[in-house]
Amino acid sequence: MPDESKPERPVAPLPSSRPEGVSPPPAKPKPAPKAPPAAPTAPPDPPPPEDVNEPAFLTGFRATHGTSIEMVSYWVGDWTVIVSLSSLVDVANYLRDAPDAAFDYCSDVTATDWPPRSQRFDVIYCLYSTQHRHRVRIKVRAAADEPVPSVTGVWPAANWLEREVYDMFGVNFTGHPDRRRLLMPDEWQGHPQRKDYPLEGPGEFLMENPQDWLRLRNLRDETEIE
Amino acid sequence: MGNRDTSAMKIETPSPMFDTSEMVLNMGPQHPSTHGVLRIVLRLDGERVIDADVVVGYLHRGIEKLCENRDWTQIILLTDRMDYVAAASSNLGYCETVEKLMSVEVPRRARYVRTILGELQRIASHCLWLGTHAMDIGAMTVFLYAFRERELILDLFEEYSGARLTYNSMRIGGLPLDIPPGWDKKVREFCDIMDSKLGEYETLLTHNRIWLERTKDIGVIDGPEAIALGLCGPTLRGSGVPRDVRKDEPYAAYDEFDFDVPIGTRGDTYDRYLVRLEEFRQSLRIIRQAVDGLPDGPIVGKVPRLIKPPAGETYHAIESPKGEIGFFIVSDGRSTNPYRFRVRPPSFCNLQGLRRLVRGHLVADVVALIGSIDIVLGEVDR
Repeated sequence: MPDESKPERPVAPLPSSRPEGVSPPPAKPKPAPKAPPAAPTAPPDPPPPEDVNEPAFLTGFRATHGTSIEMVSYWVGDWTVIVSLSSLVDVANYLRDAPDAAFDYCSDVTATDWPPRSQRFDVIYCLYSTQHRHRVRIKVRAAADEPVPSVTGVWPAANWLEREVYDMFGVNFTGHPDRRRLLMPDEWQGHPQRKDYPLEGPGEFLMENPQDWLRLRNLRDETEIE
Repeated sequence: MGNRDTSAMKIETPSPMFDTSEMVLNMGPQHPSTHGVLRIVLRLDGERVIDADVVVGYLHRGIEKLCENRDWTQIILLTDRMDYVAAASSNLGYCETVEKLMSVEVPRRARYVRTILGELQRIASHCLWLGTHAMDIGAMTVFLYAFRERELILDLFEEYSGARLTYNSMRIGGLPLDIPPGWDKKVREFCDIMDSKLGEYETLLTHNRIWLERTKDIGVIDGPEAIALGLCGPTLRGSGVPRDVRKDEPYAAYDEFDFDVPIGTRGDTYDRYLVRLEEFRQSLRIIRQAVDGLPDGPIVGKVPRLIKPPAGETYHAIESPKGEIGFFIVSDGRSTNPYRFRVRPPSFCNLQGLRRLVRGHLVADVVALIGSIDIVLGEVDR
């Protein structure tokens, strides 16, 4: 056993071994506490590489809504377009109706939470075209209380999906026909999928500061890796 | 059937001549025909449904939150618990999403076995659907027949993975185990048995007068409306939309097999029944091709011991027996668990359409319609 030959802690010398009158050596200064690792940040949303051809609908989309597009990104075969929050419904209508886009099927609406960021929520719309059989993801960024316009009028499928995002994240959808909680009870406090909502414990307990959650998470990550 | 009263399709306001009032009827969450804990608050005019409020969440376990606090490998086990009658499909969807995120290539043999498992799972899930759907409407015998065949599939899964419902049958990059010796022969035998039994189901139902009366023209929805409502899987195909993830965005080994995507014409409960019945045959066709052409080789691709996908996000969908099951996963690139784990559950999106489907029908048809969209509450609520 290699552990036995190498004790984990240095053994303190016995008091008798120290000559009388000699002061003990000064204690080593404690190492400065490690700075907590930086909070996880949103994925980099890499721009498309040169050798990837843009899908046809994106050219028309750029031409008509160039000012609304903040960024176009390509990652493992998925196209993501980040658009400004104010133009969301416009963009949604265009993508559904434009003949070369024809995104008539709203697969999924979801959100991600990045607490340290000022616009902490990414709201993500996964779209599919049953006609052209292509996909795109639309992403908008919203602050905690910032109203996000509902796209239920464009895709009725978004109704429950937005209700779930409201329930789980507290994203403030406006213009939604039926904005109630979906999975959690109506009188529930807090929004469980937020990153500062604890995994265990009574639901009413909420950490007041998102940084507390980050500290806990980083501590746990470090112990896991060791 | 031709002289069926179609005025049932329209929403009628109560005549002011009579002193009628709406009645609110609560159905569920403990109701034998809601297939779990589903609650529907029906607003009735006599026996006709005016509106319905579908209440879900009774089985919410926070699986998405749990997955964000588990290892990438541990999550496979949790995906079993979502659609617990089609666990292998959820396994497959999750593993493929992580493989896409890590750009891992899966060996051909593993992709073939995955396809076989996925299609066996589809048959098992459809057997359960057929049995319970028919029993809701009153045909008890079909239930016993369908469960008899489902048992054979569960035996096959038990031999492969050791479990009968929650298989944990896939790993990121491939499979945990190769198929046991002689298993492929048993699968082929099962295909022959199943082929002969499908005729029995059809004899009992397809031309049965009661079955036709209860399912024809019930819950009619046309293609564009079904797309807008986000319906998926056989429920969408029953409305004549040829949308199948296996064909449109092939995954596993589906691009190597011949199969057809059955679609309906009228979009009623009967068409959805016919579509699923035909899917039995197409699944058997795929399984036979896969077993015959099963290649040799490794069953796991090159995957690091510590799974840590690079920072990024992706959405990947596969065709589960219920419809398009999608996984949206975000990795922050430095921890051993996903930063965000989201499932797009097909049952959830189909259940959303129930409110539209039940309007104008009788209370007894609500039961037929819940059966016809084929939901599993474990997946709706997660």
